[in-house]
Amino acid sequence: MLEQYLGLFVQAIFVENMALTYFLGMCTFIAISKKIETAFGLGVAVILVLAITTPVNNLIYNLLLREGALAWAGFPDVDLSFLGYLSYIGVIAAMVQILEMFLDRFVPILYNALGVFLPLITVNCAILGASLFMVERDYTFVESTIFGAGAGVGWALAIVALAGVREKLKYSDVPRGLQGLGITFIAVGLIALCFMSFGGIDI
Amino acid sequence: MAAGKKALVDPIFDNNPIALQVLGICSALAVTISMSNTLVMCAAVIFVTTLSNVAVSLVRNHVPTNIRIIVQMTIIASLVIVVDQVLQALVYDISKRLSVFVGLIITNCIVLGRAEAFAMQNPPGLSALDGLGNALGYSVILLLVAVFREPIGTGAIMGFELFKTVNNGGWYVPNGMMLLSPSAFFIIGLLIWALREWKPSQAEEPEYEIASNLQYREAY
Repeated sequence: MLEQYLGLFVQAIFVENMALTYFLGMCTFIAISKKIETAFGLGVAVILVLAITTPVNNLIYNLLLREGALAWAGFPDVDLSFLGYLSYIGVIAAMVQILEMFLDRFVPILYNALGVFLPLITVNCAILGASLFMVERDYTFVESTIFGAGAGVGWALAIVALAGVREKLKYSDVPRGLQGLGITFIAVGLIALCFMSFGGIDI
Repeated sequence: MAAGKKALVDPIFDNNPIALQVLGICSALAVTISMSNTLVMCAAVIFVTTLSNVAVSLVRNHVPTNIRIIVQMTIIASLVIVVDQVLQALVYDISKRLSVFVGLIITNCIVLGRAEAFAMQNPPGLSALDGLGNALGYSVILLLVAVFREPIGTGAIMGFELFKTVNNGGWYVPNGMMLLSPSAFFIIGLLIWALREWKPSQAEEPEYEIASNLQYREAY
């Protein structure tokens, strides 16, 4: 049992890396990876939000939305799964807001460090993507928690790696048209190529 | 009228959402493996961006600023639900292959970015043109990527055989890497390079200039 969960965790980090295999959260990934420190702050925020929203959305899907889930309320034939997108994004937006207020009140140090990035996370595709993958693959509650945390760690790892590459990259002599965005894409491609070597690892 | 034309045409090459504004890369790259997926995805994005811009623009004067993001998200999510249901009804197998990426149009930064940056300040007609223009700019890049990826990766495009592959007794060995994620990054990077060589004003200034070698002979 434990082995299976560990396998899922490792798979979510390396084999199915959110940023490098599924291209999720790319906008923030490219935009906020110029410095290692900010990239790390954003990475931590993403881990936190993913590890909370994926299991919460799992509960919502299993208890309210899926076909026959409302049997406990006396509606065994109701299928609300088409409302999924609206509910997940609502949950994510609300969670980010709550987390922001909670951190502001109780962990001001972390709040100040994450500050700007928290609201941005609502529109990070990796967060919604994890919830949608969770529904598609029919994870249980525990599995979805582990998947969420793993996906977050993988994304954070990828953005810190890219920030490291970019910090060195700015000293190099790049053709003018390729400067900035162009060379960043190619660097991401090379990192993705490296991550592909994890493919097929199975614990 | 000039403003309308500018809103429509500018985003296609001059202010491209992917190549210059860095918006909407998220769900874009994974669908470009095959041309038919790409076409469906582009149609979906064009529909959602245009209508969400119109809807956001219509309610822009009645929404308090601090809840505007939630309002925009709700509008966009409702439109995406419509698209998803239509796709499942009409082209079920493509909708299965796109899997989560239709849903991810909700968090596609182009949609929210244009709603926030343009539709909140402009009347509905102009916003519709801006949404259409940006979605077209996105589609141009996506189609260009797909045009390279599918034929090189499989030897065929939309079921039409361009190069006869070795498996079918031909000469072409399909380049499997083109079907994997890194190739999309390379192609987009090179496309951006090409676009910036063509329109040099888009190029970014280097942060550091490498000093030229002033010494006549560096080492003895």
